[in-house]
Amino acid sequence: MDPTFIETLLLTGKLAVFTTVILIILGLPLAYWLAYSKFRFKPFVEALVSMPMVLPPSVIGYYMLVVYSPRNWFGAWLGETFNLRLAFTFEGVLIASVIFSLPFMVQPLQNGLRSLPDSLREASYTLGKSKMTTFFRVLIPNIKPSIITAVALTFAHSIGEFGIVLMVGGNMPGETRVASIAIYDEVQSLNFSTANQYAFILFAVSLILLTTIYSVNKKHDPWKTI
Amino acid sequence: MENNIITIDIEKMMFTANGKLNLVVNTHINIGELVALFGQSGAGKTTLLRILSGLIKPDKGIVKFGETVWFDSSKGINISPKERNISFMFQDYALFPNMTVEENILFAQPKKSREDALELLAVFGLSEFSKRKPSGLSGGQKQRVALARALARKPQLLLLDEPLSALDADMRVALQNEIYQAHKLLGATTIMVSHDLNEVFRLASHVLCIEKGLIGRVGTPDEVFSDSSVSGKVQITGQIARIEKQDTINIVTVISGSNQIIKVIAFDNDMENLQVGDSVLVFTKAFNPIISKLM
Repeated sequence: MDPTFIETLLLTGKLAVFTTVILIILGLPLAYWLAYSKFRFKPFVEALVSMPMVLPPSVIGYYMLVVYSPRNWFGAWLGETFNLRLAFTFEGVLIASVIFSLPFMVQPLQNGLRSLPDSLREASYTLGKSKMTTFFRVLIPNIKPSIITAVALTFAHSIGEFGIVLMVGGNMPGETRVASIAIYDEVQSLNFSTANQYAFILFAVSLILLTTIYSVNKKHDPWKTI
Repeated sequence: MENNIITIDIEKMMFTANGKLNLVVNTHINIGELVALFGQSGAGKTTLLRILSGLIKPDKGIVKFGETVWFDSSKGINISPKERNISFMFQDYALFPNMTVEENILFAQPKKSREDALELLAVFGLSEFSKRKPSGLSGGQKQRVALARALARKPQLLLLDEPLSALDADMRVALQNEIYQAHKLLGATTIMVSHDLNEVFRLASHVLCIEKGLIGRVGTPDEVFSDSSVSGKVQITGQIARIEKQDTINIVTVISGSNQIIKVIAFDNDMENLQVGDSVLVFTKAFNPIISKLM
């Protein structure tokens, strides 16, 4: 098999895995805060988190490029301090992908936490447990279906990412050329058989992931009946 | 004196289904007592329990356990539920669905001891269910697990929100005994919300009646529920289950305990203020009651 084909698929998988891992670490505390905080401006934060769902990728991509640019203080600071350039690199695409998939991780987790009766948290507190213990031993284990949904959605969404990768990363083999970009590129070059292979793999992986989500959610009855 | 009482002097605006209601409670409870909170739903009983547990913050006032200040609005003190050494048994039981019965108990113990957990389960007749998840239990079994879990913490103050409401009469009596034993054994102060007069009389040494956000009558069950102006030889408390009008009289059916039915004839002028669900005292002094043991 063509080594660039494998390389592109591996890069696609790497981007999706990294995005998902980073997002679960960021997403759990953020979802917890959004589910239970009484902060006055919470709706504004919720709206910010959900923006990637409604904005065209080109808008976020454009702002990312502006921020990454060495002419901008942040881009300049990164270059001077860490010798790091984010535009048209894997790291840059990864950050963009994390931001763009944020709502797909946070929303299912937040909904999962909100669907738990308050008395579960309260029972744990009145039994002398800290918020941390309650979070890890009572809340997380009881929103497993939401966690599986969030992870699968985020992963599937990152695999299928196109617009923002193109804007921020371009089409550099081995660095930013993921499967969705490769399909576009191959079609432009009238190379339909390779495009077909990429497309089929993306289609199959996404279908499997979504089927997993639906079967998990079917199996776990809303446990509110307990 | 200060050492041995729980001081409650609080105000809290409640937003109930029937609109706003200000809960104003100024009373004290002797440490070690078993206290019943009695009153209609929406009167503020559960809110008071939640204030004592620290789950709800009063608008103003003081809550002290002995000399330990749990809440003082003037000094900005509000000790978290975690630090109060209490146990709260919730109306919806709040068992952790991800844990087995045994794990629920182990979670509650301040010092993990499987032996103690199994012993506690045995006391509550739950041994055979120890490996089951809460979803596999009946309502009554869940209630027993919730009570066992509340005790597993070995709290200073045990707060029970209608602990026995889902149980049938036999189980109720058995668990009333368990609550009483546990209360004696732990030496904990127990505050229990109850609608059941029988339960209040059996268990409580002190009753606080809450009516529309205010503390009403206070005292022993006898003082609160028996009318001292009545010198009847038989005094039975119960709740009105049915009122039937027949010509010029009314037949009032009163349920006492869980299964004693008493029919009383009442005239229209006796019926003022009486309606189904009211707690009433039925008394008579015209005859000598005779007592004999059953079976």
